[in-house]
Amino acid sequence: MSEERNFPIGNAILEIKNISLSFGGVKAITNTSFTVLEHEIRAIIGPNGAGKSSLLNCINGIYKPQEGSISFKGKMLEKINPNFIAQQGISRTFQNLALFKRMSVLDNILVGRQLHMSANFLQVALQLPKAMEEEQSNLAKCEEIVEFLEIHHIRDTPVGKLPYGLQKKVELGRALATDAEVLLLDEPMAGMNVEEKREMCRFILKVNDELGTTMVLIEHDMGVVMDISDNVVVLDYGKIIGDGPPDQVRSNQAVIDAYLGVAHD
Amino acid sequence: MKSKPVILCYSRNDITNFVVLMILGFAIIPFIVPTDYWYTSILIPWLCLSLAAIGQQIVMGYAGQLALGAAGFMAAGAFALFNLELRLPFLPFPVALGIAGLIAAAFGIIFGLPSLRVRGIYLMVATLASQFFIIWMIDKFGWFKNYDTSGIITAQDIVIFNKPFTTPFEMYLVIMVVVTVLTIFAINMTRGRTGRNWMAVRDMDLAAESMGISLLKTKLQAFAISAFFCGVAGALFAFTYLKSMEPVAFDIKLSFRILFMVILGGLGTISGAFIGAAFILLFPVVLNTFGNEFFHGMIDATIISSIELVVFGVLIIVFMIYEPLGMAKLWENLKLRIRSKFSNRFGGEQKA
Ligand SMILES: Nc1ncnc2c1ncn2[C@@H]1O[C@H](COP(=O)(O)OP(=O)(O)O)[C@@H](O)[C@H]1O
Ligand SMILES: [Mg+2]
Repeated sequence: MSEERNFPIGNAILEIKNISLSFGGVKAITNTSFTVLEHEIRAIIGPNGAGKSSLLNCINGIYKPQEGSISFKGKMLEKINPNFIAQQGISRTFQNLALFKRMSVLDNILVGRQLHMSANFLQVALQLPKAMEEEQSNLAKCEEIVEFLEIHHIRDTPVGKLPYGLQKKVELGRALATDAEVLLLDEPMAGMNVEEKREMCRFILKVNDELGTTMVLIEHDMGVVMDISDNVVVLDYGKIIGDGPPDQVRSNQAVIDAYLGVAHD
Repeated sequence: MKSKPVILCYSRNDITNFVVLMILGFAIIPFIVPTDYWYTSILIPWLCLSLAAIGQQIVMGYAGQLALGAAGFMAAGAFALFNLELRLPFLPFPVALGIAGLIAAAFGIIFGLPSLRVRGIYLMVATLASQFFIIWMIDKFGWFKNYDTSGIITAQDIVIFNKPFTTPFEMYLVIMVVVTVLTIFAINMTRGRTGRNWMAVRDMDLAAESMGISLLKTKLQAFAISAFFCGVAGALFAFTYLKSMEPVAFDIKLSFRILFMVILGGLGTISGAFIGAAFILLFPVVLNTFGNEFFHGMIDATIISSIELVVFGVLIIVFMIYEPLGMAKLWENLKLRIRSKFSNRFGGEQKA
């Protein structure tokens, strides 16, 4: 990555400290700690079932870790629920697509603007100026995102009718619309072909470069990970076995044994 | 498809539809409808039940909460209006009607609470409680019926600005105005932020929450607004159609009929509420007329009403499987087909 980034990598923005999470007898995450730096692209890799999604779900407040704490911008997150975390400025996409299937692409992305809108139902029902202006300005913002992701041709299509790759794009669009400082992307390129993956990488890098958005993304394609991430965390059986820049992680013997050697080549 | 808005959030198409409907409702129908029968037996109940169906649509079609108990909220609205008229006669009718709706909305919030814990068929059973509780409460406490023992309590006359609206046509006008205004509100909400949040919760609640939507607020809001619509509808239904206050008129059967209206009309469409209500209301009339015409009373009335139920049941299953968007969608498709046929023909002639 070139030296002169618009948003150079800064200090810690998200600190995960000694998180443990288990489901009944299954230990999904065991005493895991790592730090995400401001403006960086952080990859989380690891075999299936390693606990990667669970980790994002903990940060996002869907799962509540039995132990440990998460700090965002130096403050410990006291209420762990998705709504509160969204208000703090952390948004996400899901591994198995969680779009609003019967709503149009544009409406899905507009829901991402929810936290930037405040008209109440009466103002909306009566079409008072506040509701109208708010709708217009947020619509304009969403149109920009639609242009950026090059999905203008499907803006009015119900999302459920779209092919998988496009749905993944819409989900990224919805997350972008939140203007969150941190985006958690759970396998944004899963099931995509090389061409689609390249496009997705371009979007992620561009957003990171132009807006400085911090990205935490789970990805299996090692080529992609090595290309776009600043730092990589390697999970195996719910434990961190590697953490650092891609080159360093790649040469880490424990990582090679546990993951790279098996999954790659 | 979204066409460009012309005024506020309405496209040219919306405005045309609105103007046509208004002319039809206020200018044409009054001239072509010959008898009171049409007002009292068809138009008035149709509009009232359409309004209740919009309420059901909001909570079920938009917010995705499988609630069953619209008739309970209608009863709440009806008895609220009766008591307001009785005890606070100085309140202007529109104000009293609004308060009746708000009282129903309060019940909506209370009986919407289970939606925070359970969903689907469990929620349906839980919301049935509202149906039974509200009717029980009205029957149990004599105050609600003003300690009337005769069993038949006449609804008060509708008086607005000292002008009584008592003939079927006059009552039709009152209902038309209320239904028009509330329908516009409903359309505005469903197209704006309010409705988007409902639909987001309906389609994927976890994602909605992750976008910063409060499930608690959104669900209870949908229940409240839904109950408001049902409450106003119930009050109008009692004051103009039943003309008396009888809790039995708001039994579970009516809740089911409103549920069927929404499913057959098309979940998640406002027009579906009107289409579904028309179908559920008119189909039995048609069936009866048909039965009498062709079989001259040889078929028992009970058989006819069973046929009715069978047909509704089959239609609901068919629609659920093949066209969840209901008759509203079929109507849209038909319009599109006709339009494209016309434009094809026109285009073809031009080329030739
Ligand atoms: N909601 C859940 N209930 C029970 N077990 C779960 C749940 N979510 C994840 N797990 C378990 O936790 C472990 C980690 O899963 P996950 O985080 O999805 O892994 P990854 O995303 O790395 O593939 C797995 O053993 C999985 O079965
Ligand atoms: Mg996963």
